[in-house]
Amino acid sequence: MPAVCGQLFYKLFRQVHCVFFLLRMPWRDILIANMPGNKNKITNGDHLDFEDTVADLDQQTDELHRLSSVKGIDYSAEIRRLRKQQVAELKRIYSNLNAWQTVQVARHPKRPILTDYLDMMVKDFRELHGDRCFGDDRAIITGFGHIGRERVLLVGQNKGRNTKEKVACNFGCPNPEGYRKAILKMKLAEKFGIPVVTLIDTPGAYPGIGAEERGQAQAIAVNLIEMSRLRVPIICIVIGEGGSGGALGIGVGDRLAMLEFAYYSVISPEGCAAILWRDGSQAPDAAEALKLTSKDLYKLKLVDAIVPEPLGGAHRNVHDTIYNVEKYIVKTLRELKRTKIENLLENRYKKLRSIGAGPTEKLRRKTQPAKDRIKAALKALPAKPGQITTKV
Amino acid sequence: MAKKTKSKPVLSKAEGWNGFSLKPRKDMPEGLWMQCPGCEHMLYKSAVEKNMNVCPECNHHFRIEAAIRIKYLADEDSFQEILSEMTTDDPLNFKFRGTTYKQRIKSDEKKSGAREAMRIGKAFIKGRAVFLAVMEPNFLMGSMGFVVGEKFCTAVDKAIEEALPLVAVCCSGGARMHEGVVSLGQMAKTSAALAKLDEAGGLFISVLTDPTTGGVSASFAMLGDCLIAEPGALIGFAGPRTIAETIKVELPEGFQTSEFMLEHGFVDMIVHRRDLRSEIARLVDYCQK
Ligand SMILES: [Zn+2]
Repeated sequence: MPAVCGQLFYKLFRQVHCVFFLLRMPWRDILIANMPGNKNKITNGDHLDFEDTVADLDQQTDELHRLSSVKGIDYSAEIRRLRKQQVAELKRIYSNLNAWQTVQVARHPKRPILTDYLDMMVKDFRELHGDRCFGDDRAIITGFGHIGRERVLLVGQNKGRNTKEKVACNFGCPNPEGYRKAILKMKLAEKFGIPVVTLIDTPGAYPGIGAEERGQAQAIAVNLIEMSRLRVPIICIVIGEGGSGGALGIGVGDRLAMLEFAYYSVISPEGCAAILWRDGSQAPDAAEALKLTSKDLYKLKLVDAIVPEPLGGAHRNVHDTIYNVEKYIVKTLRELKRTKIENLLENRYKKLRSIGAGPTEKLRRKTQPAKDRIKAALKALPAKPGQITTKV
Repeated sequence: MAKKTKSKPVLSKAEGWNGFSLKPRKDMPEGLWMQCPGCEHMLYKSAVEKNMNVCPECNHHFRIEAAIRIKYLADEDSFQEILSEMTTDDPLNFKFRGTTYKQRIKSDEKKSGAREAMRIGKAFIKGRAVFLAVMEPNFLMGSMGFVVGEKFCTAVDKAIEEALPLVAVCCSGGARMHEGVVSLGQMAKTSAALAKLDEAGGLFISVLTDPTTGGVSASFAMLGDCLIAEPGALIGFAGPRTIAETIKVELPEGFQTSEFMLEHGFVDMIVHRRDLRSEIARLVDYCQK
């Protein structure tokens, strides 16, 4: 009897919960979009070129707002209707973005950048400056902080919000001293057993004369080898642009996650188009071919997790985006901290070593000469006592 | 990687120089004579070949394919190649400009006679047993896809297993974009494998030849315990064209050459092609335990 009661109650609860859930979602988005303090409100001119229907609706809503304040007529019903329409439109657009549109979302000027994460996600952040060799690169920011209750070393690439900041941090393109600073601080974290969280957001490592003089390639290479054996958990999250070696330079770890509309690629779509299509304007085709979206990379098993973005992309709701990232970090850190460090390192090595291994394994089996295959199979057999052995 | 603009590259020697480019190299005049891109002398082909593909006039080191490199480097017939048949699988199903990656591989296979951009195997250099990994510049610019990554990692494993020094001859334009993030991942993969070699106390000698750029220079190429460069090789992270287009400044003379890298402290020595064997043998001897 109590079991039946419990089951009934559970069914009822689930239904009610579902209804609440369905009701909750659109209203919540509308509320947040209308919040007065929403500094990331999308205004005219911030719409991407594939969002013109949304832009129209926004314009109409603004017009109604203006009219209602000027003439004192209550248009709230119409506004609500428009908002609903807008939510539906955003859902339609963002549920099937193509690769090039994703790149545009990832580069949106109002997309949350590292400083937003530092403000909203990291408590008591203590920035640590300098690589002790050359200088302090502002494109990579490192420091201690708390995420949830976890003590972490945060390493992130910063793009800057306004022109002054952008110039200071080189539009998010790190120089060698940035990578050297990152690995220096990671070694410090290693010494005290503090996990490392890296937030990746860069168009690529800076291609400049100074960068080459100071050994950009060597700086990145050293980060790759050292991060692959750093004796603390490392979580890497691509929050915007994951531009080739520049992103990978702080992107080797136990987990690699991506925000839903971030991209991660071996070369910028423009660069790829310029080389393979011999025409930089073919970037949309290149983006499609490079399979650089989170969905594609997840399917190819190159990314461990996708962190969902709110309706209409991270730039429409910074708070929820950062909350999702925080939730992912806290959950994953707990999971990684339970693993013994030796096992963690072994798993990390296996994970790195298996990049692209599926097809390669298959090939190796095929290409191994039959003689070797038989030898290997014989070796794998357990040696029984009294077994007859033949001399070859 | 960085912003591309349509402005003309402002390279000083843009016409004569064809180091980092995916376009096919300017064809040498067919027959017995060839022109040296370094000093523009007309050279007798067989004289150059006899001189280890180095210009007798100006010491310009011509790019050479893996088979010839192995012939120059290893003792006669000592190279025992492994995984020679391994070919790539086109993980992204990459299509571009009406062709596909698979077709490109086939045409490069035909053109270069190589199956992939790297050959690995055990060899002897002046009697010293080493594990050798040699890159093939004529196969998709020697770019690193997952076969190259896998072969390199296998070479590292073998070097650890048999306690041999690892010698890699790098010659590559970088990561292979046709394989997307799979090829980017090979940078991390090869570096992680080298961490194992380092912990096992193995020696890794990296020989940087023209060109070593991009994803290869930013991973295993620069991680050698000893770094040897051939004279006049292009070594760096970003290609000079990318840099010139991004910063729109004329690049200084000798920028990103072996000599530049030596001056800035990123290679141990510059060694002429004919001395490479003896230098490697000497380093192997010094680093014995
Ligand atoms: Zn010459």
